[in-house]
Amino acid sequence: MSVGASVVLRVDDLATLITRLSELGYEVKGPVVRAGAIVSGALSGVGDLPKGVHDEQGPGEYRIAHGDDDHLFDWAVGPSGWKPEFFPPHDELWRARVGDGHVELVEIPDEPRPLAVVGARPCEAAALGVLDRVFIDGAHRDTRYVERRENAFVAVVECSSPAATCFCDSMSSGPNIEVGFDLALTELDDDDGHRFLARVGSVRALAALEGVAFVLASAVDFSARDAVLEGARRRMVRHLDVDGLAGVLARNLEHPRWAEVAERCLSCGNCTLVCPTCFCSDVRDATDLDGDVVRQRTWSSCFSVDHSYLHGGAVRPTTQSRYRQWMTHKLSSWWDQFDTTGCVGCGRCVAWCPVGIDLTEEAAAIVRFDGVTSVTRPSVRSHL
Amino acid sequence: MASATEFSVPRSALTPALYRVVARGRETADVVTLWLESLDGERLSFRSGQFNMLSALGVGEVAVSVSGSPSDPGPLRHTVRDVGAVTHALCSCDVGDVIGVRGPFGTDWGVTGNATPHDTVVVAGGIGLAPLRGAVEELAAAQREGAGRVFVLVGAREPDQMVFLDDLAEWEKAGVVVLITVDRPAPGWSGRVGLVTTLLANAGFDARHCRVLICGPEIMMRFTARALNELGVDLASIWVSLERNMQCGLGWCGHCQLGPLLLCRDGPVVNYLEASALMNERER
Ligand SMILES: Cc1cc2nc3c(=O)[nH]c(=O)nc-3n(C[C@H](O)[C@H](O)[C@H](O)COP(=O)(O)OP(=O)(O)OC[C@H]3O[C@@H](n4cnc5c(N)ncnc54)[C@H](O)[C@@H]3O)c2cc1C
Ligand code: SF4
Ligand code: SF4
Ligand code: FES
Repeated sequence: MSVGASVVLRVDDLATLITRLSELGYEVKGPVVRAGAIVSGALSGVGDLPKGVHDEQGPGEYRIAHGDDDHLFDWAVGPSGWKPEFFPPHDELWRARVGDGHVELVEIPDEPRPLAVVGARPCEAAALGVLDRVFIDGAHRDTRYVERRENAFVAVVECSSPAATCFCDSMSSGPNIEVGFDLALTELDDDDGHRFLARVGSVRALAALEGVAFVLASAVDFSARDAVLEGARRRMVRHLDVDGLAGVLARNLEHPRWAEVAERCLSCGNCTLVCPTCFCSDVRDATDLDGDVVRQRTWSSCFSVDHSYLHGGAVRPTTQSRYRQWMTHKLSSWWDQFDTTGCVGCGRCVAWCPVGIDLTEEAAAIVRFDGVTSVTRPSVRSHL
Repeated sequence: MASATEFSVPRSALTPALYRVVARGRETADVVTLWLESLDGERLSFRSGQFNMLSALGVGEVAVSVSGSPSDPGPLRHTVRDVGAVTHALCSCDVGDVIGVRGPFGTDWGVTGNATPHDTVVVAGGIGLAPLRGAVEELAAAQREGAGRVFVLVGAREPDQMVFLDDLAEWEKAGVVVLITVDRPAPGWSGRVGLVTTLLANAGFDARHCRVLICGPEIMMRFTARALNELGVDLASIWVSLERNMQCGLGWCGHCQLGPLLLCRDGPVVNYLEASALMNERER
């Protein structure tokens, strides 16, 4: 067998795969149910996966429901995603002991066990690709991120049951996945039984499948996959027309809709917290109990006033300017900065917004009235 | 003695090198120049207009432009205005103290190794002369070698806020046209009074064929560019240095965004044609 091959795994075989990954030294994690949500957690076996669990999502809404089926991946996305595993919410970078004219500075090693994710979604794998553009592909490589990323094994499970908040189809980041995985699984359940089509994406996956019982996939399995994906696409109710969108947003910075959405937005930053591509961080110093200086890097949000602080005050002091920054960044200036979208259509920001603000709706509202500027606040934009 | 640290794995770009303050000079009541030498004996190679992230260990890290010239073989030079926690700690450093340095980062004035036969006009407001100081040194040297004329126009709020007075005198001696003005005079000031824009019309540069480098508060840069344009300077010949909150210098932290730009990477020096639309964007 070689990379590019496809096999069929039964649920028992998936269990063997999980064991095998852990024998290979990986810390195996996957979706687990905790506190009423599907979140990332340790997997000791198939039993930890959210069997028969489904999620219902809408603007400002997320809830899980338990069915009597035995499907393991019949749900969309939970709030946590996989970003924290590669880009930790809080990281301590180095430590310095400062004496009199004497400084000893040492980096704080970051040596987690290599991670194996079993059950990332296609949009989550796409989001890691977006983070790679920021932390790997620029002029400076973030060695801590690179290390975690390069050591990780990512088994993606394609989506059969998108939530009402999902729009990955519009962003070309789901419900299927074609590149950017070690193993791509599709959960199938038809006359041929409950099973997984598994496509091998890396040499690492070949190693992981050693000792796992499987049969080679047939055309029947592939057409079953097509049916799953077709069903997923049909169920996707939310869409974003990205054609020309980046340009429309860039030229509508004085659109009245920004003021309107600012009336609703609480500037709470939930959307940035759950977003799998948001990468902003603060870099700060702390002093520990020994008196050592510890340089820390912590997630931050463009919804905080501090984010744009300059001596004399914030550059974006209002909710309006901050929502506009967030949304135009995701859908427009991300392209300028990183030559990719900043949104993979996971819908988390829609579901976890306490007031149910939906970026697809906000973007569409601006496209609909392209070029309108507020009458009450005339544009001060001039060339000079 | 200070121990420079050995790194077995490639050092993270967020880990500073350690530098010792080898000299310190006060420019004004709240501006200090630090001369720094690497504990590893390394020399930082940079281009005029670029900046470093300076760490006051235990207080934090901020972006500060290099105020020395790339051709100056002496210690690394930074000029800092005390405006908050980190800059205060930096300004309070004594000779012998150790600070962290990461860099250089960002775009430059396009002066280093790029002499032109045309005039170069440098316009600075207050501490804005710090990021331009190295460029003026290079330009003055190039002028001596036959390159285009150099004009340095500086505005400060009050006479005692004018930085680099010795340098201004040196540059003038070296043949640079130096014009200075203050917004508000003080006893003993016999020089010009007025905004820096009032210096432009009679400075004597060739408005049709010149490049202009501006650094100061955004509003000052906007008014200066507008006045220059009225004198016939092409907007595409104007460069400005922009400032945003910066926490990494590496394109990772997201704080320095200005529309499509990450200013630590695509700036701080930006051509005015691109900068003007962004600077005028209301961020409120
Ligand atoms: C490219 C660049 C070059 C600069 N060059 C110089 C220079 O040569 N000399 C000089 O004196 N100053 C320079 N500055 C400004 C300097 O970085 C700020 O004055 C400094 O960050 C203020 O930090 P603080 O902790 O002293 O102040 P506080 O007001 O306590 O700031 C708190 C935090 O806010 C952020 N912050 C506040 N003001 C600024 C600001 N103006 N720019 C960026 N981040 C800010 C920093 O993260 C800082 O740690 C430059 C800024 C940039 C972006
Ligand atoms: S912007 Fe919203 S939908 Fe897009 S990737 Fe982020 S959380 Fe998901
Ligand atoms: S859009 Fe919603 S989640 Fe995001 S900051 Fe505003 S209120 Fe919070
Ligand atoms: S300073 Fe961090 S991204 Fe530019």
